[in-house]
Amino acid sequence: MRVLIVEDDSVLRDGLKVGLGIVGFNADAVESCEEANAVLRNHEFDALVLDLMLPDGSGLDVLKALRERRDTTPVLLLTARDQVPDRIAGLDAGADDYLGKPFDLEEVAARLRALVRRASGRPQALLEWRGLRIDPASQNVELDGEPVRLSRREYAILQALMVHPGQILSRSQIEEKLYGWQEEVESNAVEVHIHNLRNKLGTEMIRTVRGFGYRLGEES
Amino acid sequence: MPSISKRLFLILVLTTSLVWLSAVLWIFLSTRAEVERVLDARLMEAGRMVSSLISRQERDAVPDRSTTVEIPLREHSAYERQLSCQIWSLQGALISRSDAAPAEKLSEQEDGISETVVDGERWRVYAITNTDIGIRVLVGDNLSMRDHLVNDVIRGLLLPALFIVPVLAVLIWFSVRRGLEPLRKIAGDLEARHATDLSPIEDVDTAKEIVPVLQSLNGLFARVAGLRERERNFTAFAAHELRTPLAGLKTQAQVALASEDPAIRDQALRQIVVGVDRTGRLVRQLLDMSAVEALDHESEKRGVVRPSFVLRSLAAELADRARQVSVEVAPEMDAVELHIEPELFTLAARNLMENAVNHSPPGGVVRCRVAGQFEAGQVIIEDDGPGIPEEELPRVTERFFRGRNKAPVGSGLGLAIVELALGRSGWRLQLQNRDAGGLRAVIAQAA
Repeated sequence: MRVLIVEDDSVLRDGLKVGLGIVGFNADAVESCEEANAVLRNHEFDALVLDLMLPDGSGLDVLKALRERRDTTPVLLLTARDQVPDRIAGLDAGADDYLGKPFDLEEVAARLRALVRRASGRPQALLEWRGLRIDPASQNVELDGEPVRLSRREYAILQALMVHPGQILSRSQIEEKLYGWQEEVESNAVEVHIHNLRNKLGTEMIRTVRGFGYRLGEES
Repeated sequence: MPSISKRLFLILVLTTSLVWLSAVLWIFLSTRAEVERVLDARLMEAGRMVSSLISRQERDAVPDRSTTVEIPLREHSAYERQLSCQIWSLQGALISRSDAAPAEKLSEQEDGISETVVDGERWRVYAITNTDIGIRVLVGDNLSMRDHLVNDVIRGLLLPALFIVPVLAVLIWFSVRRGLEPLRKIAGDLEARHATDLSPIEDVDTAKEIVPVLQSLNGLFARVAGLRERERNFTAFAAHELRTPLAGLKTQAQVALASEDPAIRDQALRQIVVGVDRTGRLVRQLLDMSAVEALDHESEKRGVVRPSFVLRSLAAELADRARQVSVEVAPEMDAVELHIEPELFTLAARNLMENAVNHSPPGGVVRCRVAGQFEAGQVIIEDDGPGIPEEELPRVTERFFRGRNKAPVGSGLGLAIVELALGRSGWRLQLQNRDAGGLRAVIAQAA
């Protein structure tokens, strides 16, 4: 899952980025409203972690601009001001959840997973499809009850495909989920990961739709 | 509690009554004088008339008659028989008198007007002597009649007043209440207002006498609201600045605990060190700030400082060897002394130099020099950093304000402390972007 962190404190920003990376997120981080707006206009994220007090303005302005663009990306507000009126102001501005500083890294991750799950319209935490079951919280993957070991990137591709079974994801969409916007995209990397996934899960599991991209295989 | 309406009411009722009473007194006096003048004239006329009518024969014809010659008067007035007439021979015998006249001699005076008391009644008597026929005519006016006349006039004035004055009092009472209505309205507005409501009082239709009161009230409201807003901002910023580093420390600690990768763990621990340094600096600055604020007013303006001494020791402490940022203190500064509390100057200089070093590029130089002479002396600290965007210059001394070109270790308190410390000792801070790039901070004598 790809998330954008908007936080001006470098220690916290770095901690969130690395920490969320450890628990399976692909996190990018920026430190100002200006950068956040620019990145959000050009990239898609599964969720946004937004600090309220930024050097060049309020996170609420970023949030409002986002919602005005009809962007429904779930937003988790992080702030030192967690009095009830502040929470109400944040939620009314279009935030989906609110967390007061200092917080628990695990809780940030759990809330982000819940936000993404809700945004995709799924009530249950586990993703299941034809004997394949993945748990986004622990990143455990099971095929017909047997655990399967996947690399971080393989897992990310599989989860992206399983969020909306049947939906086709293009190669560039998959690359967006795999790499941060600062990262260099390796050519053929997606093909290599898909190949590895097919080896581990069976060739029928992921289908190539020529000219479009990939999707989970249909019942034939 | 004194009440304006009661006061006004009393003043108005008292002055109205006083004016009324003065008018009555004046009318009383002038009526009495006029009545006296007119009646005296009539008295004299009557005396002369009687005197001229009596001939010698008549005097002789009725000698020693104890009965009087009746001078009939028609009886249909309250003022009947106010005139009495006596005719005396010059030898002292009563020749004749009118029927209402007392038998006793009205006056011993030979000629002219006099006042006497006869039989317990006060008379005003005109005496005229007719030497030709040897008689003296006395015509007297009963004074109680005259008083009666004047009293009737005054009663005619006072009786209606008894009814009018209460009516007037009621009218005054209502006018006063009505006149003070704008005041009562504002008082009502203020009373009905919630304690936290600091919105201005609307002045629709306010009397112009109350407008100044309203304006000062609204001015006060605005000031209190501004103060409260600043306080709220300060609390919010302080919460942010204190809790964000804590959140960073906790997150990094959790990263270190969760990661199997030694490189990630090391990095997280290094970040924790950075975070603790930064939080330590923030705590120091918060303490500095409250120390400056707590400083008593007496010590603020005293003391002389040798800036070269302070700046050199700060330079030794703050120069960033890792990034090769050095601090130069100009030699001519040794000759300069400033009249400023040493502690406050050190605090200001430390924060300015810290900022300059932190914003300098690697290898940069922070220069400290002086400008101007002894009394108008200025201490200047310059760096080669990015400067401050012009639109942010007015705000950089606000507490917790952090601009776009912020240093990674900044808290937004440094310049606020500098301004506070200098302001306390009669100095001020000027910030300018240098033409060559970088910031120039000037410690100057306050205007």
